[in-house]
Amino acid sequence: MPVQVLILPLLAALALALLVHPAPAADAPNPVADAKAFKTYFATKFPKLKLEDFVNGPYSMSEDMRRQWQEKEQFPPYEFALEAGKQMFATPFKNGRTYADCFPNSGIGIRQNYPYFDEKQGKVVTLELALNRCREANGEALYSYVEDEMASLTAYMAFTSRGKPMNIKIPNDPRALEAYEDGKRYFYTRRGQLNFSCASCHIQGPGERLRAEILAPALGIMNALPIYRSEWGGMGTTSRRLITCNSQTRAVPLDPQSDEYRDLEYYLSYMSNGLPISGPGARP
Amino acid sequence: MTAKNLPLTRRLILQGIGSAALIGFGDLPALAAANDKYPQEAFKQKSDADAIKSLYGKTAEASDKVKLDAPEIAENGAVVPVSVTTTLTAVTSISFFVSENPSALAASYLIFEGTVPSVANRLKMQKTSNVTAIVEAGGKLYSATKEVKVTVGGCGG
Amino acid sequence: MASTIRVRATVNGELTEVQTLIRHPMDTGLVKDAQGAIVPAHFIQQLTFEHNGKTVFLADWGPAVSKDPYVKFGFKGAAKGDDLKIRWVDNLGATDTITTKIQ
Repeated sequence: MPVQVLILPLLAALALALLVHPAPAADAPNPVADAKAFKTYFATKFPKLKLEDFVNGPYSMSEDMRRQWQEKEQFPPYEFALEAGKQMFATPFKNGRTYADCFPNSGIGIRQNYPYFDEKQGKVVTLELALNRCREANGEALYSYVEDEMASLTAYMAFTSRGKPMNIKIPNDPRALEAYEDGKRYFYTRRGQLNFSCASCHIQGPGERLRAEILAPALGIMNALPIYRSEWGGMGTTSRRLITCNSQTRAVPLDPQSDEYRDLEYYLSYMSNGLPISGPGARP
Repeated sequence: MTAKNLPLTRRLILQGIGSAALIGFGDLPALAAANDKYPQEAFKQKSDADAIKSLYGKTAEASDKVKLDAPEIAENGAVVPVSVTTTLTAVTSISFFVSENPSALAASYLIFEGTVPSVANRLKMQKTSNVTAIVEAGGKLYSATKEVKVTVGGCGG
Repeated sequence: MASTIRVRATVNGELTEVQTLIRHPMDTGLVKDAQGAIVPAHFIQQLTFEHNGKTVFLADWGPAVSKDPYVKFGFKGAAKGDDLKIRWVDNLGATDTITTKIQ
């Protein structure tokens, strides 16, 4: 029938128009612009804070909490984990080699370069993953990503980088950009029973209370990891924190070092480029 | 020698009563704390009042010369930094009480001649509670109290 | 085996400031483990600091002192290079001692 012939292309055009993303932004990923916008957002929201203050999470948002934290930082509870990490790092594997052999600069003062995009393997490599790769390459059993050993090791490595600016690189490789975009997408996607995205708390709510906790800003959030949580009574890895955050917001946690978590870490760390490493951090 | 007698005896020692009254203790310097027994009974008392009585055998008066530093809201009840300092002199003991804890007495410190009457420590608090610091000076007790809020962590799981 | 006691003792004028952090669970005996069994009370009861053979500070602790306990105090009469001896005893009879040089 003639009317239907006319309507179909019109409907198709309409459908197409509706499918097109309304945002005026370019379709190509633009991490540089994203990072700039990210920092501008937080600087505007917290005009009294210097950029480097953001790495202290809730402690830059509440004076009462800041004082408690500073008191504990005089002689931090994570002192023991740090010592354990240093000792583990220096202890040779059964084959006589050490972690220093796996990393640039013998593994000292390099934490700020992680995660990086491994162009050979086409994936994001976090510090935790790199440590286990090192172990595997030297015939050692892998460490759990959520237990003490990995926490102590990454705490020590973070400590050797304290003060150094986060320095994440995104090579001009479509796979790296894709990983970055995947991480960004994860960050902004709502999930779970509470229908929260990472952004719900860490972009919209920093400085606000979620029940009794003061929420940390997403800017600088990776710089303090791994963290000693009073809640855990011990040091915990980035993997552990991502998993527990998913659980606490009643979203299904992923496996440690899963693609999404690594990509998320990649995206968030890149957003905080230039901000100093403050890890290992202490948190409530 | 039972634990019950000790707080009284310790008070006598600190007031410099001659060793003749302290049968069984042998030769003691004015502050015998190096041999001092752990105040087992005081740590068993539930309330502030009972714990103070057990530890010192007397009651305290509030004093603005005792400066207690504790947070408004504890970031985490497991590790609450609490400290006290005082301008009082002849201080012999400083102790901390958390009234809503299962047992009020958290920690007690002996202050010697030459030791600054100031202590910082980290305490556990089960819930929102008054935290009291007691300073024993010149044989008398002086106190300062502050309420510290302890909340269940929100994202703390 | 490494000591459980970490200490920083520094002279500043006539005052020596001492900060101590000790690796100890300070279990209250009121908490259950994942299997539902009570974790037995295990906490430091007494902690002493000695300088030149004299006690300068004594702590009587209960289980309400935080895990990996910390304490800070100050005392007069010590000089850089002097020994400071620190010892603790817990409710199970375990003990640890360390002697450190005042900085």
